Amino acid sequence: MAKSLWMEDAVTLHELFVAGEVRATDIVEHHLERLNARDPVIRAFLHVAAEQARAQAAVQDRWSPAERAERPLSGVPVAIKDNIVTETMPTTAASRILQNFYAPYNATVVDKLYEAGAIVIGKTNLDEFAMGSSTEHSAFYPTRNPWALDRVPGGSSGGSAAAVAAGMVPLALGSDTGGSIRQPSAYCGIIGMKPTYGRVSRYGLIAFASSLDQIGPMARRVRDLRALYDVIAGPDPRDATSLPDTTDATPLSRPWRIGVPREYFGEGLDPEIRHVLDRHLSQLRAEGHEIRDISLPHTRFAIAAYYLIAPAEASSNLSRYDGIRYGFRRESRDLVTLYEATRDEGFGPEVKRRILLGTHALSSGYYDAYYLTAQKVRTLIRRDFDDAFHTVDFVVTPTTPEVAFRLGERSDDPLTMYLGDIYTVTANLAGLPAISLPVGWAHGLPVGVQWLAKPLADHQLLEAAEALEGLLPPVRFPEEVEG
Amino acid sequence: MSAAFDVIIGLEVHVELKTASKLFCGCSTAFGSAPNSQTCPVCLGMPGVLPVLNREAVRLAVRSALALNCTVRPYSKFDRKQYFYPDLPKAYQISQYDLPLAEYGWVNIRPSGQDVKRVGIRRIHLEEDAGKLNHLGQRLGDAVGSLVDLNRAGVPLIEIVSEPDMRSAEEARLYLTELRAVLSYLDVSDLRMEEGSLRCDANVSLRPRGYTGSLEELPRVEIKNVNSIRNVQRGIEYEIARQAELLSRGERIVRETRGFDDVSGRTYSQRSKEEAHDYRYFPEPDLPPLVLQSEWIEKERAALPPLPDAIRQDLIARGIPDKDVEVLVLDREAYQYWKEASPAFSDDRLLVNWMLSDVSRLLNAQGRTFGDCPVRPRQLVELLTLIQEGTLSGRMAKEVLDAMFETGQDAKTVVKQKGLSQITDESALMQVVQRVLEAHAHVVEDYLSGKDKALAYLVGQVMKETRGQAKPDLVNRLLKEAIRGGQTVSG
Repeated sequence: MAKSLWMEDAVTLHELFVAGEVRATDIVEHHLERLNARDPVIRAFLHVAAEQARAQAAVQDRWSPAERAERPLSGVPVAIKDNIVTETMPTTAASRILQNFYAPYNATVVDKLYEAGAIVIGKTNLDEFAMGSSTEHSAFYPTRNPWALDRVPGGSSGGSAAAVAAGMVPLALGSDTGGSIRQPSAYCGIIGMKPTYGRVSRYGLIAFASSLDQIGPMARRVRDLRALYDVIAGPDPRDATSLPDTTDATPLSRPWRIGVPREYFGEGLDPEIRHVLDRHLSQLRAEGHEIRDISLPHTRFAIAAYYLIAPAEASSNLSRYDGIRYGFRRESRDLVTLYEATRDEGFGPEVKRRILLGTHALSSGYYDAYYLTAQKVRTLIRRDFDDAFHTVDFVVTPTTPEVAFRLGERSDDPLTMYLGDIYTVTANLAGLPAISLPVGWAHGLPVGVQWLAKPLADHQLLEAAEALEGLLPPVRFPEEVEG
Repeated sequence: MSAAFDVIIGLEVHVELKTASKLFCGCSTAFGSAPNSQTCPVCLGMPGVLPVLNREAVRLAVRSALALNCTVRPYSKFDRKQYFYPDLPKAYQISQYDLPLAEYGWVNIRPSGQDVKRVGIRRIHLEEDAGKLNHLGQRLGDAVGSLVDLNRAGVPLIEIVSEPDMRSAEEARLYLTELRAVLSYLDVSDLRMEEGSLRCDANVSLRPRGYTGSLEELPRVEIKNVNSIRNVQRGIEYEIARQAELLSRGERIVRETRGFDDVSGRTYSQRSKEEAHDYRYFPEPDLPPLVLQSEWIEKERAALPPLPDAIRQDLIARGIPDKDVEVLVLDREAYQYWKEASPAFSDDRLLVNWMLSDVSRLLNAQGRTFGDCPVRPRQLVELLTLIQEGTLSGRMAKEVLDAMFETGQDAKTVVKQKGLSQITDESALMQVVQRVLEAHAHVVEDYLSGKDKALAYLVGQVMKETRGQAKPDLVNRLLKEAIRGGQTVSG
């Protein structure tokens, strides 16, 4: 084998493959080799589909240049978060209750990946049912941050973020309910995007909170992210909440009007991260863009609203794991005991905590005070953004208030962990597209900046991100923390 | 019923809609297939699946709502009703809670000897059916296991909730019968209670005279899953008696759900409301709100077929007796049979009379309905026309009808084959009359001496000679003429 193909970005790999300069088999072998070297420590993957990937590569190597070219991701290895269902690989959502579960169908995005020629390398680790911000809540094992092995990669798409950051794959799918793509992307120094709610089909995404969940792309380069976004986005007749193909085609005019919401720069933000953000904003100003101080006054209620709506929907979505039809079952003498024992042993503590929260929030007598009030707050947050986008094109915030924390540091402190979602949940509550870009370093760890745009302005956001890439630190690999 | 109470009854009726596919996926809704053969990831509640609303189900539900005089909401939404049970794959049923598809309708019922009474419909909403459990064992209590069949899971249902307007088991029966009749003309459901495509739960309370509180606060008993209209009536009757007995002994009525045992005719306690579920309804996030354009609703309204109340008026105007009108209206197939036959025949009373007596008798004997009657409306009209023309007597026509049922042949063919034509030739018949008179001279004497019955005997003899093909009134006249003529000759 020639030079290390795992260091290349996705679009370059595809182009080399189309030009016949490398074989898909070589691309796959390089990545598997990298994976085998790094993953025993990082543990980004729950399932590695090496044989399937090799078989796919062998097939693609027989394709003509035209066949290779007409599939935008041919020759490109991709990882899939393990809460997106796949027929030929297990799908566990990192839960014991779905251990060894094979879905009888592929998620729409998985079909689209295969259709686009992507070579699926495997399924990545996550917090059980995507509930968590550290990937420590996986029922199987935690994933480590490739930049600091004693630290979390973030979550819940921590496996995908770590795999991309460590060079095991150039592209991965994540899912984002309250920041689950953007926060691990920030912690691992990669790019992650949550599209506008409804832009990417949720069919086959194991539901956590249906009105907030969105699948999105993760990559090291914006160009790659965009290529993956273009493959997975679009209406799906199987998802009634997917939107018709009406992206906002208004071309982005310069200079950009950039809103900086003061609520996102207050107490709790690590001063070093603030410093990195300030430098980013001065660069933007130097580029001629207009920076505006704005207010999103209802931000302070966002975490409270999010931690009512998301668990409420989760409590309902997770009811189907009852041990009757599939997944883990604890045999018992009667039905109620079977339900109780199955769910007691099948779910981990964080999942149980959220099911309890959500069940309570929907209970008769509490619904109005909790769920309904939270929905009203959600409307107010959406209005905050509507108002803001009358005067600005983008809103720029830190992705997280802190850098990646140490493994185990937050295990007994769920509340602090929930508060870490403060900058990301609003995009889910308002349905906006948002992207996290690696903007610098603090305490020797990656820092993410979050860019938000108005609903359906996904392409403008990607366009801006591509233009910004020159301002960002160059792509690096965490070789220095080897071991 | 003791005069100390009013009976308050409200019914919840579930109707399976006759769509080809389920409410939220593409699986077939056909009844009676092998267990779990009509399932897919969506209706099995597999991880990651999403519902997509079946538009045809919405159309059939709206059609039903309009026919039942409801106001269809331009904006309604779906909600999740949550509980754990093995027949409910997602552990929630997608239903409609606070914004149902339609509200404020009614049907008219006709309690005998009373004026037409309006029974209100509070709401109609669209929801998915659950699967079926087949318990291995005699009863649920001692079942050794249960088999889950999810073919029915996700089949579209409408739930029709009445106002508590019925005051007797009979009124409840009439309401159900009328409701079923209205729906039958819409062709929205198979309406088979025995197959579960029509299901009824009855809420029964007794309101003491002088009670001024709200109906909601009265202890209410819900009788669940009764499998025929007759048994709904029986269950309610039993429940009224049971509650009246309790009240008369000064005991409290417990709010509960009761089953009906059709062998003993009794209701039995299943579950008290104290242990009832908190369904934790909340808006279904996987489905956008259901928005219906008023133009579309009006188009559906304009496409409604004639419904029982209008049909009744029409039939009564044609002079058909009330009792027959009811039978026709409540049996859509009979009505459609009549409707096909009627334009070709001048005497509606005779037509209806034949349909509801002789044709019905033969259908019942063969376990058939008017929908698959071997004698088609055109053929019945031909037969009745032969009676009208005097070619067949009523008695002969019955014989012909029997043969038509057997062979499916037309009336004229049967008449020809059997040589059954009625003798209308007076001279031919007169010869027979003369023969009979000669053979029964003593009977003629009886008649002449004033015994009127003697003439009937003579008529009978002529009919016998002609194998029934003579027209009785003609025979009568010819006999009298011959006897009178004979007197003149001999006298």
